[in-house]
Amino acid sequence: MTQLALVIDLNVCVGCQACVTSCKEWNTSGIAGYLSDDRPYDADPTGTFFNRVQTFEVGEYPNTQTVHFPKSCLHCEDPPCVPVCPTGASYKRAEDGIVLVDYDKCIGCKYCSWACPYGVREIDEHQKVMKKCTLCVDRIYDQKLPREERRPACVMACPTNARLFGDIHDPDSAVAVAIRERGGYQLMPEWGTHPANHYLPRRRTEIVIQPDELVRADNPLKVDGKLPKPSLKEPALDDVTSW
Amino acid sequence: MNASLPPPSAAPLAPTAQIKTTTCYMCACRCGIRVHLVDGKVRYIDGNPEHPLNRGVICAKGSSGIMKQYSPGRLTKPLMRKSDADRGAGEFEEISWERAFEVLAERLAKIRATDPKKFALFTGRDQMQALTGLFARQFGTPNYAAHGGFCSVNMAAGMIYTIGGSFWEFGGPDLDRARLFVMIGTAEDHHSNPLKIAISKFKRRGGRFVSVNPVRTGYSAIADEWVPIRPGTDGAFLLAVMHELVAAGLYDREFLVRYSNAGQLVNVDETSDAFGLLVSEPGQEEPVPDYPRNMLWWDRHTNGPVPTHQEGADPYLFGEFTLAGGTRVKPAFQLLEERLKQYTAEWAEGITGVPAATIRRLAHEMGITARDERIELPIAWTDCWGREHETVTGNPVAFHAMRGLAAHSNGFQTIRALAILMSLLGTIDRPGGFRHKAPFPRAIPPAAKTPKGPQGVQPNTPLGGLALGWPGSPDDLFIDEHGKPVRIDKAFSWEYPLAVHGLMHNVITNAWRGDPYRIDTLLIFMANMAWNSTMNTTEVRKMLNDRDEGGEYRIPFLVVCDAFHSEMSAFADLLLPDTTYLERHDVMSMLDRPISEFDGPVDSVRVPVVPPTGDCKPFQEVLIELGSRLALPAFAHPDGSRKYRDYPDFIVNFETEPGSGIGFLAGWRGKGGEKFMKGEPNPQQWEMYAQNNCVFHLPLPPSYQYMRNWNRGYMEWAQRARIRRYSDPVLVHIYSEVLQRFRLAATGKGGGKGGGREGGKAGAEGVERKPVRRPPEHLRSRIATYFDPLPFYYPPLEVQASDTRKYPLAAVTQRPMAMYHSWDSQNAWLRQIHTHNYLFVNPRTARLQGIEDGDWIWVESQWGKVRCMCRHSEAVEAGTVWTWNAIGKASGAWALAPDANESRKGFLLNHLITEELPVASDGGRISNSDPVTGQAGWYDVRVRISKAAPDEARETWPQFASMRAYPGMAGVRKLWQAYVAAGAMDGSGADRRRRR
Repeated sequence: MTQLALVIDLNVCVGCQACVTSCKEWNTSGIAGYLSDDRPYDADPTGTFFNRVQTFEVGEYPNTQTVHFPKSCLHCEDPPCVPVCPTGASYKRAEDGIVLVDYDKCIGCKYCSWACPYGVREIDEHQKVMKKCTLCVDRIYDQKLPREERRPACVMACPTNARLFGDIHDPDSAVAVAIRERGGYQLMPEWGTHPANHYLPRRRTEIVIQPDELVRADNPLKVDGKLPKPSLKEPALDDVTSW
Repeated sequence: MNASLPPPSAAPLAPTAQIKTTTCYMCACRCGIRVHLVDGKVRYIDGNPEHPLNRGVICAKGSSGIMKQYSPGRLTKPLMRKSDADRGAGEFEEISWERAFEVLAERLAKIRATDPKKFALFTGRDQMQALTGLFARQFGTPNYAAHGGFCSVNMAAGMIYTIGGSFWEFGGPDLDRARLFVMIGTAEDHHSNPLKIAISKFKRRGGRFVSVNPVRTGYSAIADEWVPIRPGTDGAFLLAVMHELVAAGLYDREFLVRYSNAGQLVNVDETSDAFGLLVSEPGQEEPVPDYPRNMLWWDRHTNGPVPTHQEGADPYLFGEFTLAGGTRVKPAFQLLEERLKQYTAEWAEGITGVPAATIRRLAHEMGITARDERIELPIAWTDCWGREHETVTGNPVAFHAMRGLAAHSNGFQTIRALAILMSLLGTIDRPGGFRHKAPFPRAIPPAAKTPKGPQGVQPNTPLGGLALGWPGSPDDLFIDEHGKPVRIDKAFSWEYPLAVHGLMHNVITNAWRGDPYRIDTLLIFMANMAWNSTMNTTEVRKMLNDRDEGGEYRIPFLVVCDAFHSEMSAFADLLLPDTTYLERHDVMSMLDRPISEFDGPVDSVRVPVVPPTGDCKPFQEVLIELGSRLALPAFAHPDGSRKYRDYPDFIVNFETEPGSGIGFLAGWRGKGGEKFMKGEPNPQQWEMYAQNNCVFHLPLPPSYQYMRNWNRGYMEWAQRARIRRYSDPVLVHIYSEVLQRFRLAATGKGGGKGGGREGGKAGAEGVERKPVRRPPEHLRSRIATYFDPLPFYYPPLEVQASDTRKYPLAAVTQRPMAMYHSWDSQNAWLRQIHTHNYLFVNPRTARLQGIEDGDWIWVESQWGKVRCMCRHSEAVEAGTVWTWNAIGKASGAWALAPDANESRKGFLLNHLITEELPVASDGGRISNSDPVTGQAGWYDVRVRISKAAPDEARETWPQFASMRAYPGMAGVRKLWQAYVAAGAMDGSGADRRRRR
């Protein structure tokens, strides 16, 4: 069974927010749109986004990590938002595992957003329906798009290619390989939701220098006579020891 | 199956009708974009996969272009200040374009016929300097520059005067092959998408990434090691690294000998008139006097002086020698080593806050990686001296730096240090290191020059040189016979001799004060000089509005051209509505700052993808029209008739000289588009660009892609393509003779350009010696101090003038990745990401003042104060505070509500920064800028913080009177909106709020 998902590589995410606005841009005029903006030019503007980047700091100065953390619907394999829905609007597709909301059935009761432990659903106060990431379901099957563009807008946009997209159940897919080989993990697995989206952790590269690497026969200082051999006239142990 | 969502195979409901390619302008990066249109409305914008710069990706700003295009902040009508309204009140009346042109042409014609320098044209980040510069030059005014002086001119000048190239448009780190990448002081918006693409690939390859920066955000967040450093001390760090490299012998001797002036002999006879100049071969004619090449080495094998690069010779890099005539000389490298002796890691620790052990370790990492991870590419090439090389080699240590180094008044020497460090490691234009982008490398210094004095400025005559140039000696300064500046910003004067990008940040102050003179008309294009692009914002706003004793405005006529309502627009007497980037033709020209790749020249264009809004007119068209009406020679025939129908016609047909074959665009030249770089105008050129993703890319053969400073094949190609006048090699200036010439002038020695040189024809026979220009008395020690031919560290000038016990903290800004300067507060999506800004303070530093996270605080410098909110951050060096730049806005500006967060909670640090520093010696004032280049010292301010009193207003201070909407603007703000392409812009017809 196919389970489409995003695998997000925190090792290269610089928090640029490209995924945030490219998502908004595609989806506001797409099948899951619109994505409204309240008080767009007034105080405290707010709006509907399917994807947001949270930034937080870990550790104390100077051993600080700054983490940029993109978050959208994780398309759980056992999504808690589905069974709580009183109208059946919130559902998980059998064919590809995408979790969607049927706007025609949604009554905006927000049960699903209460049930979601990840806070990734956003009620649209104007259309009065619950909205969320669709993995750009209106892009990824569009036969009119070239094959390489049948990917979510955020994946297309991401300048660091931190967002990988594919079927995590296919062991040969790039996403499955990444999860397997690069320590992919799920958010809050203890909730038993089995999120399909995974994250790849930071990885640190170091250079280890051995002391003898600083001593080399081809040291250029020798060419200019800056590392000369000691003069024969300089004192030596030979001169002062007699046993 | 769900009714409102399609089954997997279904087509989207709103099929894309049309795709047009053009070039983004949501920042200065210039990515290729595809604009998808439905019924003429923008459905979405994505990255163009066929474009060499961004290869299909796009950033947060680029993806939000829709909200810029349809923003209510757009200006749509030419506007004239109402005759009874005060400047700055924002009271305008609509006029026609014809009327606007009449007013402008009449005024400018008068100025041009009398004193052309009374017209000043200064532009923001316009990317059309080839055209704006041409217009100014043709007009005959010296008073032209773009924003470089307050941006990163130190980065351009410090690097170009050393290696003949610089970062971003000019060159960059080759992360495809680097093993170690060191980023120092880089803002997050710089070379945005290409750098993100490259860093990601680099990290995934297992490269090691070290970030030296007071702040850990953005790129630094994913660095393997973050090295927090105190602002303005990068020079000390770099010098200490170099000290370690030289002391340990971790430098690329072979590279330095052959490709730099490290082995060249310097006259060290302090009594000599040529003290500190390179000595040259006696009696030899210099083929190109501007770029002398007959220097000497002291050969190790024969133990005597020989011409450099003599086959079989190898110079000493250390030692002191005596020439036959008795002149004492030392190799330049010996002088560098002597200079570096004092700069130990322990010394640097005390200045930078970086532990000595860390400095030493990083130096060893750089040196050992460069030495032991050497790259060899099977690419044969021939150097400029005729030696054939079977391979191109590289030392895979790459650097990137930008405004964090540049925006200090010690930035020029700091960046010289960086360029020399990169050269010590042997990484210049080699794989895995730094690589140039065409038209770089250029000669050191580049050939372009300004006039030398006021005689270059004549009525009804084009300027007798370029408005901006690259001085090689005091002889190239743009000053009168008393040593006074000719330019309004005092660029190329003794105050800022190498101000190669001008000093836009002092134009308003200077013009207001009438020092060096009053001007009549100031035309500002796309620069928010009444807000975030000026220092000392509050006072500069007053200057814009100030009148003289006679009741006339001190700056009599102010013309502003911009696409958006802004703080600056309110001060205009004449306000011209520009188009957006989606509505116009534009070129990223080889004559300006093209978007070349490491592998060869690239230029690109914008083409209109949607029609102009309202009466908007591209600034390009305004200049062509004005140039034609004023009958400037480049734009009009001798009989006064216009040469060019419009801007696209100008771009196709303009040649730098009649028949030169060089124009604004390098691609598809020749009658049928069969030529590149050079060729006759091609009437179909725009169409050919449009058919080819709006970009022209000319990859060079691999043998021309590396070692270009010294690559005979590349140089000869570049000469044929007319990128370069000469094919001489461009040696790295470890030792800067250019700087020494200025120093000699200050110390009463030297004989002008090349004059006084020991040996050589000029020196030997005493011919061509001109009287040397000397700096005025009060600037002599300044020139002698800062024009040091070797890099050195000094605290920034403002720090020297600050009581650092009273103001202990360094305050800096940077731009976030999702907002470019002040450009995007009118953008409904981007402003939700950055609605207001905080001052980020290390919690330990904050708590010393009893300040908790979220508290309202006062930030004070010796020049001013602001009230803002504090945010604790563990990701900032403890002696530094910082904020996002230009998020704070004036109330009502950019079509935002008067109570929008941007004005009530957002703030500008600019209020704390002065544009001028007092000069102790003569009571005068001098720009708060680098003494070499005039680069604005944005990041030098020192501040203190304290908690705001509980009864104080919970809003930022200072506040300004709310701005209003102008005629032609939307006038109402929607309470909510939902953008749907091809549908209504909002779902909220009735739900609107009238603007005040």
